[in-house]
Amino acid sequence: MSTLYQQRFENLLDSLNAAVQPGEQFTLGYSAEHSQFVRFNHAKVRQAGLVSQASVHLRLVREGRQAEQQITLGDDPELDQRRLHDALTQLRQTLPLLAVDPYLNLDDSAWHSHSLLEQPLPELDEVLALIEREAGDLDLVGIYAAGPICRGFASSFGAFGWHQANSFNFDWSLFHANGQAVKANYAGQAWSGETFAARLRQARDQLAHLGRPAITLKPGSYRAYLAPAAMDEIAGMLCWGGFSAQALATGNSPLQRLYNGDAQLSPRVSFSEQVSGSLSPAFSDEGSPRRDLLLIGEGRALERLVSARSAAEFAQEANGADSHESPCALSLAPGNLPGEEVLERLGTGLYISNLWYLNYSDLPAARMTGLTRFATFWVENGQIQGPVSTMRFDDSLYNLLGSQLEDLTQEREMILSTSTYGQRSTGSSHLPGALVKGLTLTL
Amino acid sequence: MFDSSTLLRQRFAALRSTAELFSLRHVKQSHQSLSVRRNVAEPPFFSQDEGAMLTVRVDGVEAYAATADLSQAGLQRALEQAEALARRIKASSLLDLSGRPAPDGRHDHVSPNFEQPLPNLADCLDLLAAESASVPKDERLVDWQASLGISVVEQTYLNSAGAELRHAQRFVYPGLGVTASDGLDSQSRSLGRENFGQQGGFEVIERCGLVGAARRVADEALQLLLAPNTPSGRRDLLLMPDQMMLQIHESIGHPLELDRILGDERNYAGTSFVKASDFGHLQYGSKLLNVTFDPTLREELASYSFDDDGTPASKQFLIRDGLLVRPLGGALSQLRSGLDGVANSRACGWNRAPIDRMANLNIEPGDQSFEKLVSGIEHGILMRTNRSWSIDDARNKFQFGCEWGQLIENGELKGVVKNPNYRGISADFWRNLSAVGDSSTFQVLGTPNCGKGEPNQVVRVGHASPACVFRQIDVFGGDA
Repeated sequence: MSTLYQQRFENLLDSLNAAVQPGEQFTLGYSAEHSQFVRFNHAKVRQAGLVSQASVHLRLVREGRQAEQQITLGDDPELDQRRLHDALTQLRQTLPLLAVDPYLNLDDSAWHSHSLLEQPLPELDEVLALIEREAGDLDLVGIYAAGPICRGFASSFGAFGWHQANSFNFDWSLFHANGQAVKANYAGQAWSGETFAARLRQARDQLAHLGRPAITLKPGSYRAYLAPAAMDEIAGMLCWGGFSAQALATGNSPLQRLYNGDAQLSPRVSFSEQVSGSLSPAFSDEGSPRRDLLLIGEGRALERLVSARSAAEFAQEANGADSHESPCALSLAPGNLPGEEVLERLGTGLYISNLWYLNYSDLPAARMTGLTRFATFWVENGQIQGPVSTMRFDDSLYNLLGSQLEDLTQEREMILSTSTYGQRSTGSSHLPGALVKGLTLTL
Repeated sequence: MFDSSTLLRQRFAALRSTAELFSLRHVKQSHQSLSVRRNVAEPPFFSQDEGAMLTVRVDGVEAYAATADLSQAGLQRALEQAEALARRIKASSLLDLSGRPAPDGRHDHVSPNFEQPLPNLADCLDLLAAESASVPKDERLVDWQASLGISVVEQTYLNSAGAELRHAQRFVYPGLGVTASDGLDSQSRSLGRENFGQQGGFEVIERCGLVGAARRVADEALQLLLAPNTPSGRRDLLLMPDQMMLQIHESIGHPLELDRILGDERNYAGTSFVKASDFGHLQYGSKLLNVTFDPTLREELASYSFDDDGTPASKQFLIRDGLLVRPLGGALSQLRSGLDGVANSRACGWNRAPIDRMANLNIEPGDQSFEKLVSGIEHGILMRTNRSWSIDDARNKFQFGCEWGQLIENGELKGVVKNPNYRGISADFWRNLSAVGDSSTFQVLGTPNCGKGEPNQVVRVGHASPACVFRQIDVFGGDA
């Protein structure tokens, strides 16, 4: 398995190099996975399957014009070569119909990158047996996704990148009979049955806190602690155009006022795109080596994510961002709050484990709304009193990570994306928890 | 059309299996995405995707394997992988599906005007470029984009009980968006895009009204930039169809999905405030509320003859005169719950398994013209075009925002307001429905972006609705 995908990609690349004509340039992206998906409900298997998929994304360039095509590969070298050549022919016929693209900006360096991580994955039988042993009597619901993921890139300029890793992601919830639930996750590249069992037991222990009667709060401003998983939802909103050079230049970024210098966050806040050490490929979908970037330093806007196209359009320097200019490994620097002191420092207020379904109620003001979900507790004098019924918040980032931010935790969590839209994600975030003086609840 | 059918049929017939039932769902889709942004054509993007999902039932346990290797050996290998997986999970399986009826029969479903040629790529780009160029020169207009997406999907479902169900469909997504900014605030106005998609040919672009719309859309973005914020307080709320579709989607569609009610989605998409025992009993809305699952409006985005499990689709009332009568549940969920449902077991492609989804979920027209709806409001607000959506995991507490707001006082439309937001609770909101627009206010809309499921899936859904009025809703604006 270890070199099979790379060999297929290289064969396609050789075939493409032989087929291109003088004056033509290309980039070729590759994506493949062989995935095992097992859904659970009531700690039993609700749905199970295997998915084997691979695709290439070809961009053809000639005389300042460009067009792109993605094709699914069929696991048959001859058929796949034919499909790639058909795509080349279609793009070749398309280019003369197009105007010269003034924002065409190719990375013409011949960079090389290679990463192969092939830690063994568990047999499904082992996973099922552990779940049965540790949670068979519980109401467990969730999904186990596992298998190799590959990303490749090559260009007619000689650039070549390969990223391949085995990974697993078990994302689950345990439900109490009263409808309250605790959320948990075990994901990575190195599987340990002991660690998995410990995570299952930890979630079981947390479930015990949910048995107390639910507390209903009135709208208003509350002192609150946002655990790293809750912070991940807020960080996810910032990935939605927040740092994008295009969005910032065209009035579509929620961090427009920060980058314009009209607003700032707490000096405790420093966000980075921290690709090195993450699970993401070291190269972007556009075919440039990614860089670690300090996006916000001590509350002030610094670098932005600039794709090659934005660089040409807005006269900036490209810095290895993906074409959609979203972070793939967002990191928030830690603070000074020791994790074991969170409840004591919170005193009286909300302990929020997870947030859900965030969106902007006023994007230029970075004002966002969303809901509590899973284990959210009311705390008095540092003691958990009971779970809190679902509440909606509506507040500005300039409050939550600005004037209202009291501290961030010393410890951070590496959160691996559970997204499987189209394909399994390689994205991640590295975040501390946040203690805030006031979070506005509205419903 | 259906060029692969003969070969698929032959290969399916040659498959060998000991499973009590097995099926093949082959999906072939192509997509073309064109866009002109700020008068510059973006690189055209094309995609070609093809693969098949083999599903088996062994000793009452179902499992699948999805592959893009459509050779005889590739299909046979996937079938055997699915069989092996079904045996492996038997001891842990939630469901025993022994004896579950299998679909049979043969049928073809084709989109309206499927074979009508569309304008060629150069003509499409010219059309988009002309719209882009129509945006007036104004330094406050900082971003604008005209776009056109076209998807063609052919799907064939075959099973060992003899079914052969084929769909050939074309989906068209025109769009236009303009952003105005003064450096501190930004306001956007759009047409189509995520709010409009239909099956068909060039007539979809005409129905969307894309051609010649750029000046008006740009002017509305500038009006919003200069407008005051939406005032806070309780007002009667007149929602136009391009916001009604989101309201229907989030606070009727998702809560009525039977797999959520059965708990499958509790870890991701969520659960529902609706219980299985509510069907036939719960007064979901006022007596003016009539909601249908309707796969028969041919141009609507999710019209089809059979769902992806092979169940024949027909129009059904989910809510009649405000009373909740039927869930959105496909054949499997119906078997598990004992409730009658609809044909809504759907997958986004060959590499994802069908689950309960919305398809076309519509509100039936009432008897009031737009003028009558407005004249019946003393202190209210009109909102159109969704831009923000958020709702809790039980699909109850919601907050939605629109691009465009216009106050209504003493039965007359007044000034434009920006950042119009409103919030409420699904279980109460629909009981405040006080007037339903007639067919002159009715629009067939849809979005390609409904996400759900583990593993995740995005599917097309259609929503058709008249304009509707809701009494005494909590509305508010933004900070800027």
